[in-house]
Amino acid sequence: MSILINKHSRVVVQGITGHEGSFHAQQMITYGTNVVAGVTPGKGGEWVLDGKVPVFDSVKVAVEATGANVSVIFVPARFAADAIFEAADSGVPLIFCITEGIPVQDMMTVRAYLDQKGVRLVGPNCPGALTPGEAKVGIIPGNIAIPGDIGVVSRSGTLTYEVLYALKLHGMGSSTCVGIGGDPVNGTSFIDALSLFEADPYTERVILIGEIGGSDEEKAAEYISRHMTKPVVAFIAGQTAPPGKRMGHAGAIIEGGSGTAADKIKALNNAGVRVARHPEEIPALLRS
Amino acid sequence: MNLHEYQAKQIFSRYGIPIPRGRVAANPAEAKQIAEELGGKVVVKSQVLVGGRGKAGGIRLAKSSQEAEELATLILGMEIKGLPVRKVLVDEAVSIEKEIYLGITNDRSSRKPVLMASAEGGVDIEEVAARSPDKIIKILIDPLLGLREYQSRDVAVSIDLPKPFWRSFISLAEALWRVYRETDATLVEINPLVITNDQRLLALDGKMSIDDNALFRHADLAEKRDLDVEAPAEIEARKYGLSYIKLDGEIGCMVNGAGLAMATMDIIKLYGGYPANFLDIGGGAGADKVAAALRIILSDTNVKAVLINIFGGITRCDEVARGILAAIGEVQPNVPMVVRLVGTNAEEGRRLLADAQLITAETLVEAAQKSVRVARGGAA
Repeated sequence: MSILINKHSRVVVQGITGHEGSFHAQQMITYGTNVVAGVTPGKGGEWVLDGKVPVFDSVKVAVEATGANVSVIFVPARFAADAIFEAADSGVPLIFCITEGIPVQDMMTVRAYLDQKGVRLVGPNCPGALTPGEAKVGIIPGNIAIPGDIGVVSRSGTLTYEVLYALKLHGMGSSTCVGIGGDPVNGTSFIDALSLFEADPYTERVILIGEIGGSDEEKAAEYISRHMTKPVVAFIAGQTAPPGKRMGHAGAIIEGGSGTAADKIKALNNAGVRVARHPEEIPALLRS
Repeated sequence: MNLHEYQAKQIFSRYGIPIPRGRVAANPAEAKQIAEELGGKVVVKSQVLVGGRGKAGGIRLAKSSQEAEELATLILGMEIKGLPVRKVLVDEAVSIEKEIYLGITNDRSSRKPVLMASAEGGVDIEEVAARSPDKIIKILIDPLLGLREYQSRDVAVSIDLPKPFWRSFISLAEALWRVYRETDATLVEINPLVITNDQRLLALDGKMSIDDNALFRHADLAEKRDLDVEAPAEIEARKYGLSYIKLDGEIGCMVNGAGLAMATMDIIKLYGGYPANFLDIGGGAGADKVAAALRIILSDTNVKAVLINIFGGITRCDEVARGILAAIGEVQPNVPMVVRLVGTNAEEGRRLLADAQLITAETLVEAAQKSVRVARGGAA
C-alpha cells in the first residue's frame, strides 16, 4: 500500500552514531522499520541501539553483510555529498538524504552522477518518507498519520506534518507521505513522486504541497494535466513572501519575478487541481 | 552572499582574467592618490551591493586627479537605494570598442551550471532577456565534465566575436568557470566584458554571489560579508541560527519549519491581518533559541500581537514553552500573544503555559483569527 518504502524495506543509516542519526534510527525502529545496519567510519564492529544494530565502516560492506536496500543519510552538510556518492556506489537503489545545508554545486554534481547510475535520491533537506503502519525512513513523527489511500508529496517538513495531522483528525489516512526537500537542486521531483503515486494501486488521491521558488510546481501541473488520472489537491506556501528573500529553505526564493505562489496556483488551477487556501482546508477539498 | 565589484574583480584577476588597473579608496585623498598613479583620467565607482549605481550617479568619469578627489567626496557622501557608500573603486578610464555580457550561474530548472553570453553587454541582462531573449546565448555545463573548450568557442562564434579574440575569450571563459567552481559561486558575471580601442579583452565590471551553504569551506570569502545590506535583527537572528526576515505587518510570527512559517504568514493575511516577519526557529529548538526569537520579534515596534505556531516533531513543545516563559520574564512583552502547540509533548507545553497571560488556540485557523482580532485591540 505504498511507494518507495514498505515493511520489507531494509534500511542502512549513514551517521547512525551521531546525535540526530541515533535518535531517529531509534524512532524508526520503534515504528517498526527494519533498520538492518548503521555506518560510521571508524566505528565498524560496534553494535548500537540496545545492541540490535551492527555498525560498519562503509556502506558497501553494510550492504554486503545485511542486504540493505535503502540508505538514509544523517551526516553533517560538509560530508553529505560524499555520503551520497558512497551510498550510490554501494549498490542501494534508493537514498534518502535528510541533511540540510549542502552546497548547491555539490548537489549539481551529485545529481549528474546519480542520473548516470540510475540511483534514486530523495532530498536533501527533507524529512524522508512515511508509509503509515509499515515503515518510516527519516524524521516524520509516526503518530501523526494513519494508513489510507492518499499519497502526499511535499517540499516542506512541518507543513507536511500539519497536513497529515489535519487528515488524521478527519479520519483520513495516507498510502505514503514523501518529503522531497526544500533545496534548489534535489533528487526526486514532484513529477517523479506523482508518477509513482499514479502507478500505485493503493493510492486513490494525491496531495501536493509546494512553495515559492523554482518551477517544479508548474512542471508538476503540466504533468498532472497530461498524465494523471487520480485527483490532485494542492497547497502552495509563500503567498505573502517578499521577492528576492530566501524564506528559510535554500530553494524558497522569488528570483527575477519568477517562482511566485500566484504563478504556481494559477498553473495548478489550469491543470484542474484544486488549491487549498490554507492547510486545514485540504480535508474538505478531498471530500468534495 | 554578494561580493562588491572590487572584491569580485580582485578574484577574477587572480585567475588570470584581465581587469583595468585601479584600487579601492575609503576617502577622497586616497582616491586622488590612486588617480594620480593612474595618470589622472579615471572612473570613480561607488561600491554598494545594489543594481543601478550608474543611474543613481554613483559611477562618474574624472578627467584629472583633482576631479577624482571631488567626485570621490561627492560619491562617498551618497546613499544609493538606502545603502551608504563607504568605498569607491578608482579604475583607469579605457576607450571601448565593443561591450559583451558573460556570466555563469546555476540553472535551477536543468540542475546544471549555465554559461550565458550576449553581444549586447553593458546593460541590465534581465532587460535584454525580457526584451529579446534570442540575443542571449545559453550553454548548459555538465558538472562532471566542466566547461569544455568547444563550448566557449561556440559562444564566441554565436556572439560574433572577431576571430582574433577567440583564443583569449576561451581562456577567459575557462578562468571564469574556475572562479565559479572554486569559490562555490551561485553567480559570476562580467558586464561589460569589453574590447578596448587598443584591442584587448577587459573585465570592466564584476559581480559575484557565493552560496551561503558553502561558506564553511571559504573562510576568506565569509569575512567579506557586507552587513550594511542586512537589517540588524536579521544579523542578530543569524547568531542564534534563526532564519528571520522582517516584513511590514503587525503580527509577529514564530514558527518551526520554513514551509509552515510561510503558511502561517499566509493564513494571517487570509484572515485580514498582515505578518510582521518570517521566522523559522528550526528543528529541535531549545528554550534559549525560543527566547532569542521572541526578543527579535518584539524589537520590531510595528508588532501589535505575536502568533507562536509550533508543530512538535523533533521540536518538543515543552521546550518551546519553557523558552516562551523565559523570554516573557526577560522582555516583559506588552502585546498579546497567541500560542498554538501541537505534536510532541504539546500537553506538557500547554500545562507549563497555563499560568502565563497567553491566548491559546487549537487549530491554525483559530490561531490566525485570534491574532488578527487581538492585533486590532479586540478580544480574542
